Amino acid sequence: MTMVTPPHITHLARRERWSRAEIAFWLAWLAVYFLLPKHLMFAAQILITGLFALSLDLILGYAGIVTLGHAAFFGLGAYTAGLLTKVGVIEPVLGLFGAALVAGTFGFLTSFLVLRGRDLSRLMITLGIGLLLFELANRLTDITGGVDGLQGIAVGKVLGLFEFDLFGKTAYLYVLVVSFGLFVVARALMTAPYGLSLRAIRDNQQRAVAIGIPIRVRLTNIYTLGAVIAGVAGALLTQTTQFVAIDSFGFQRSADLLIMLLIGGTATLYGGFVGACAFLIAQNWLSSINAEYWLFWLGILLIVATRYLRGGVIGGMAKLAALRPMGKKA
Amino acid sequence: MTAVLRTEDLCKSFGGLKVTQKVNLSLEAGARHALIGPNGAGKTTLINQLTGVLRQSSGSIWLNGEDISHLPPYLRVSRGLARTFQINSLFPKLTPLEAVTATICERDRDSLSVFDRRLFPLTRRRAEIDEAYDLLARLNLADVCSRATHELAYGKQRLLEVALAMAVRPRVLLLDEPAAGVPEGESDEMLAVLAEMPRDISILLIEHDMSLVFRFAERITVLVSGAELVSGTPAEIAADERVQEVYLGKHRG
Repeated sequence: MTMVTPPHITHLARRERWSRAEIAFWLAWLAVYFLLPKHLMFAAQILITGLFALSLDLILGYAGIVTLGHAAFFGLGAYTAGLLTKVGVIEPVLGLFGAALVAGTFGFLTSFLVLRGRDLSRLMITLGIGLLLFELANRLTDITGGVDGLQGIAVGKVLGLFEFDLFGKTAYLYVLVVSFGLFVVARALMTAPYGLSLRAIRDNQQRAVAIGIPIRVRLTNIYTLGAVIAGVAGALLTQTTQFVAIDSFGFQRSADLLIMLLIGGTATLYGGFVGACAFLIAQNWLSSINAEYWLFWLGILLIVATRYLRGGVIGGMAKLAALRPMGKKA
Repeated sequence: MTAVLRTEDLCKSFGGLKVTQKVNLSLEAGARHALIGPNGAGKTTLINQLTGVLRQSSGSIWLNGEDISHLPPYLRVSRGLARTFQINSLFPKLTPLEAVTATICERDRDSLSVFDRRLFPLTRRRAEIDEAYDLLARLNLADVCSRATHELAYGKQRLLEVALAMAVRPRVLLLDEPAAGVPEGESDEMLAVLAEMPRDISILLIEHDMSLVFRFAERITVLVSGAELVSGTPAEIAADERVQEVYLGKHRG
């Protein structure tokens, strides 16, 4: 190095550099493949949910758009991937593209409805759109299978090369690669000038307009991207479980997702994955003790998380790290 | 002289309330123009129409000979019309450096590729960051440029208001009470900043602090009840009886 980097540049670069914790996070998912071979289906489910939560983080955490109907895009992706196999498109990656296209188009079109209003009307409109799709899936039994869900989905080899096996090994790696790929894209977007403009919009819309940010365009854009990633997450679930349940569209799914993201921490990129981990493992464990009391514990978890854990698990860990700056330097 | 910013019979009413009445404001190139008037005279409403946040009821607004009456706000900004806010309107969680860099990247977005804007990290925009840093340094904000904006002292936040508007590289700058809330005696720092602004920026200043107005402005327009009462040089305004009546009449009794 010939020139010393000025401190203000170093400060900006901190947000961009891959930290050790981040690298460890993704290596851990790789380690799961080797260390927990019996739990790969469950781990894949966590990853898919985490990816879905990441898509919500982009629009809620980074752009500040509140929604209670994000499952609409997940469901659209899930059904699209399922229906594509019925018409002969059995290659999974093509299925992902199809799901992304359908969910993204729907996201783009509904963004104009959603972005018009303020927070409360956004909640109601997104909720309404979610209910609408749920009822459609319920009624169009010929296409969707109605309440029984879409069954008998035969998924082909990934890229025509890797066949899904009974133990979920291929499925897990497939989900991991797709999730990581989309995460890298999302991370790049958020550390680019584009992400900075979104943070500006979330912080102060009035001023964002006054410094020349076309906020309508930017929000439509990120909302569409959130829909695309949610659609891909839905498609991944269809392909790895070979089944689409009608609750893909369910209100519960949107609500759970919001809870996971808040537990994990918003606008952190990792909050969704961490929240999905915590939520699904807690659900699995607590409901194995007593299925009926799961919601009781969830209630306590929610109150504690929002009351005492501002910024979620990620925010809490960042605070812990800040408490001992000496240790960090070493 | 050619007008950089001009309004033509600008009117705005909310229901029956007329808040802007046939205002014909003209800002010449390099102007140091102040807009004064008692509370409720419609000064901020006028600014909001100029920037496009409010739509005028009738009349038109011209910037550099172009009718901008129906342009959305962000396009007026990209044509060189910037503003500051009377009450701080900043980005609390961003650092000043991030906020100013964001403004510059936005200003230059047409010359950046889609990869530069969306996929490559912000620190690759060294030219933009350096420009932002220099601007902040000129406004005495270099030492706090990497701290979250909400942690900044009030006076520093006032300066950041100006920095954000300057980052647009404006042709016309609308300053809405830049010294509002700044304690007496400390407004000198703001005046020094304003006095150093290059002459290719035309400035419209709204201000209650009369000492600042008379030290800074070369032309003054007095707005009363949404209508223009009088325009003139500071000396003419100071001597004008109608102005004295508006400002002092009630107290003289």
